[in-house]
Amino acid sequence: MQLIRAAALLLAFLPGAAGAGVLPEDRADLMWHYYDGGGVTIDGPSLLVRKKFAEKYAVSASYYVDMVSSASIDVVTTASRYEEERTQYGVGFEYLRGKVTYAASFSRSSEKDYDADTANFSISQDMFGDLTTVALLFSLGKDDVTRRGDPAFADQIDRRIYGVDVTQIATKNLVLGFSFETIAEEGFLNNPYRQVRFADAGDPRGYGYEFERYPRTRTGNALAVRARWYLPYRAALQGDYRFYTDTWEIRSHTGEVAYTHPLDERLTFDVHYRYYQQSAAEFYSDLFPTANFQNFLARDKELASLKSHTVGFGVAWEFKPPRFDFFGKAALNLKYDRILFRYDDFRDLRVTGLAPGSEPRYQFNADVVRLFVSGWF
Amino acid sequence: MKAARTALVFALLAGAAGCSRIEPWVKPYERENLADPIMAWDRDPVSSSYMRHVYEAREGARGGGGAAGGGCGCN
Repeated sequence: MQLIRAAALLLAFLPGAAGAGVLPEDRADLMWHYYDGGGVTIDGPSLLVRKKFAEKYAVSASYYVDMVSSASIDVVTTASRYEEERTQYGVGFEYLRGKVTYAASFSRSSEKDYDADTANFSISQDMFGDLTTVALLFSLGKDDVTRRGDPAFADQIDRRIYGVDVTQIATKNLVLGFSFETIAEEGFLNNPYRQVRFADAGDPRGYGYEFERYPRTRTGNALAVRARWYLPYRAALQGDYRFYTDTWEIRSHTGEVAYTHPLDERLTFDVHYRYYQQSAAEFYSDLFPTANFQNFLARDKELASLKSHTVGFGVAWEFKPPRFDFFGKAALNLKYDRILFRYDDFRDLRVTGLAPGSEPRYQFNADVVRLFVSGWF
Repeated sequence: MKAARTALVFALLAGAAGCSRIEPWVKPYERENLADPIMAWDRDPVSSSYMRHVYEAREGARGGGGAAGGGCGCN
């Protein structure tokens, strides 16, 4: 409540509207996305359309599908290969009044055993001669979790996100960004299928399995800074850093550098590198000493100590659509990323015949492709 | 209450600054480079929101880059 009161006070005293802000351009994007890594293949279409009215209102709609075929390491070691589909719809509305933009959006994601509703609200204001933009964000989420083959199981997650985002023009060639977000979750936060392993001399493998158990609350804080420079020969260089920490004792650092190079009016190239590292959650272990060893148990590789490296490139080709005069311009985009995931304390249990806990550390590489056409109208 | 008082002081300062009109050190006519599409934080939202989702489903950290929807298709 204190945060909301402080935000309300801050908004009440922000400088009055004196000029006019701008809403984003009218644009439609149709994308095919593809992910292949660690035995998991996910692909599907995605559509995003935005349209302005009277330079004051904007609406947007999105549609997104994940078609998942999974034989991940968790699946091959404790379950059997499966296929499923996730669909997400979203709608958004923006209202620009002077230098203040009010935005609200809603999305619904559906899977066989998981439904998620999310509502986002934000208010942003240009100030100090339009050199600074301050945005306050609030998001409310409610997830329904069920388990296939177990009609008696049903649980929920409530999620709240509070955020502040500041964009600052520093010089005529440099813009800076700062953001802070608090994410508070309460409910059934583990995966209803995933299991942890524990040492068991009575089992021929030397270990047994039991279902994982997480705390029912988690609060995380993310602080991010970024800078984007316009280089003297019309190119852009960006640097990003994010620090994250949460009540499960995960601490992570993310760093990224990106470079954009337009070759001419039609062709633009992007390259980027991203580094990510995190420490493990306090209740994570690859191999617990006994069954039911402690109150909370996790062997989710997402909560392990891990590093990831991403190298990616993109190319955009702008053109005038020959038959669709409706679009003033269009662009064909191809983006490719290769991500290397390396785990420090998650063992590869596909390798058998070794003493439990001495299996090789798990690692995998993922290929991520986005092919999309954009039209501005 | 301390946080609310601090916010009030900050808000009053911000309000006063609005009245006195801080002189922008980068004039509107000097923002040609910043307005170039290659300077956008997020040139392709359809692609960047997808990548956020890819990372959030596989890493422990979240946030700091705009709110993403729930659900992950990653069990």
